[in-house]
Amino acid sequence: MDYILNHYYEIASMILFGIGLMGLLLHNNLVKKAIGLNIMDTAVYLYLASRGFVFGRVAPILGDNLSPDAAQYINPIPAGLVLTGIVVSVSTTAFFLALIQRLYKKYHTLNLDEIMIKSKQEKEGE
Amino acid sequence: MFDATTLLVWTLLGFLILCAVASTVVKSLLTTTLIFMSYSLVMSIIWLFLESPDLAGTEAAVGAGVTTILFFVTYNKIKALDKKKKEEADKESEADKNEDDNT
Amino acid sequence: MEEKEKKQLSSVPEKHNAFVDWVNGEERPKTEKKVIRENIRRPKKEKKEDEIKNYRKFKKVYIGLAIAMCCAFIVLLLVVVNFDPSFGIIDAPTNNEVSAKYIEDGLADTGATNVIASMILDYRAFDTLGESTVLFSAVAAVIILLRRDEEKRNAKEQAEFDKETAVIKEETLTEEKYPNIILQVISKFVIPIIFIFGIYVVLNGHLSPGGGFSGGAIIGAGLILYAVSFGDRKAKKFFNFKIFTAITSGALLTYAGLKCYSFYTGANHLHSIISTGTPGAILSGGLILPLNICVGFIVACTMFGFYKLFSKGEI
Repeated sequence: MDYILNHYYEIASMILFGIGLMGLLLHNNLVKKAIGLNIMDTAVYLYLASRGFVFGRVAPILGDNLSPDAAQYINPIPAGLVLTGIVVSVSTTAFFLALIQRLYKKYHTLNLDEIMIKSKQEKEGE
Repeated sequence: MFDATTLLVWTLLGFLILCAVASTVVKSLLTTTLIFMSYSLVMSIIWLFLESPDLAGTEAAVGAGVTTILFFVTYNKIKALDKKKKEEADKESEADKNEDDNT
Repeated sequence: MEEKEKKQLSSVPEKHNAFVDWVNGEERPKTEKKVIRENIRRPKKEKKEDEIKNYRKFKKVYIGLAIAMCCAFIVLLLVVVNFDPSFGIIDAPTNNEVSAKYIEDGLADTGATNVIASMILDYRAFDTLGESTVLFSAVAAVIILLRRDEEKRNAKEQAEFDKETAVIKEETLTEEKYPNIILQVISKFVIPIIFIFGIYVVLNGHLSPGGGFSGGAIIGAGLILYAVSFGDRKAKKFFNFKIFTAITSGALLTYAGLKCYSFYTGANHLHSIISTGTPGAILSGGLILPLNICVGFIVACTMFGFYKLFSKGEI
């Protein structure tokens, strides 16, 4: 019970990472692989951002406080890392979808098995 | 031991895991994308519980906004949503293949 | 008649006398079935079926291994998480002197009241330059993959290209013939509000939550809404390929140039001309405001570029 009480964010993020990884490896449909990759990304961001939280402290936006005390605010460093990561994740997803469009134009299917078999048959025919 | 905030966060995390499992199990592509959009929205709310308003705004604008739109535009291009259009596309591709075999 | 018989005879394989073959020294007397089977060649089809069978066997092994590895991985991660420090305690080892320095000296060094903005655009601005480069290269890669332009093609690819052009032209014509009235009426109210909100978030990045990334994504979403509801031709009037390349390359180079000035003054221990200003005003924070604007431009153009390339094949 202590385990769950102290680490619930981390447990949730590891379970989400596992779900995303299984979706990425085991699905045949290419679009579901893209969604699995996205779920893995957001799980890692959840883990990182939960490392910087401290109970009882507030967000690091100084209002009128001209001499801030470090004991009043949460840790800002993991939030900076995640901010960059979110935008990189959308770039990766867009690139993956562009590749899916080109693959569909050539092979007319979204199923990875059929694409592999068709490409092997094309190689034999050459 | 269990105050209201902790219980609420547990409920949201459970919903996240449920959404992630559901979006990989469902057969239709449209339902998968919509569940993924709601996953992104709940994630944005969890960032607020972790006292990071920067991340909440960015995730809402990027995850539940632009990424889902890109998925839908891809479906339009590969004609995966409309059954009639998909049958037309399949027929055209078979006709092209028959032309290649004949020539 | 004789020619026909000769033709028939030549097409049938010669019947071997099994006994004679055995006497001549071959290992086993060949039966007729074996001889006919050897004369008919089937090498290619057997190879194809072998390849496909191999692939299916590999697929079964792959699925078993993947499930086993994933389950082992998840169990390992859940066990290791137990050794982390508890969530949210005060004396966690991640809250060390570095974060204390960013919070306490951030306002005095940079002049920005948003500690996260001062961290990613002043103390660690090089990382943000790398992230903008990642966005730029993603858009460049999607342009290489999806852009439809004039180039030499052989006959078959030219036919496909013409078919696609016809489909896209037809879509554009139906968009203009039957405009989407509900979208247009509501967009006239909503799009200016979206743009003003996006510009507000970008400009106030150093004072309140937000910054270049969120503001840029909001502006990009507003541009996408305009392109969807009012059609392609109107969007091309103020955003074509030349403007797109000018804005993205210009913003990235401006970011790099401004940061070069900061590196120069820091390395030579000079005092920089740009002052930090009074905390809380818009024109404060040194170089953070121009850098936020550059990042906002890049993100907005990138999001709109992705949408345009996906739907129409050209920006």
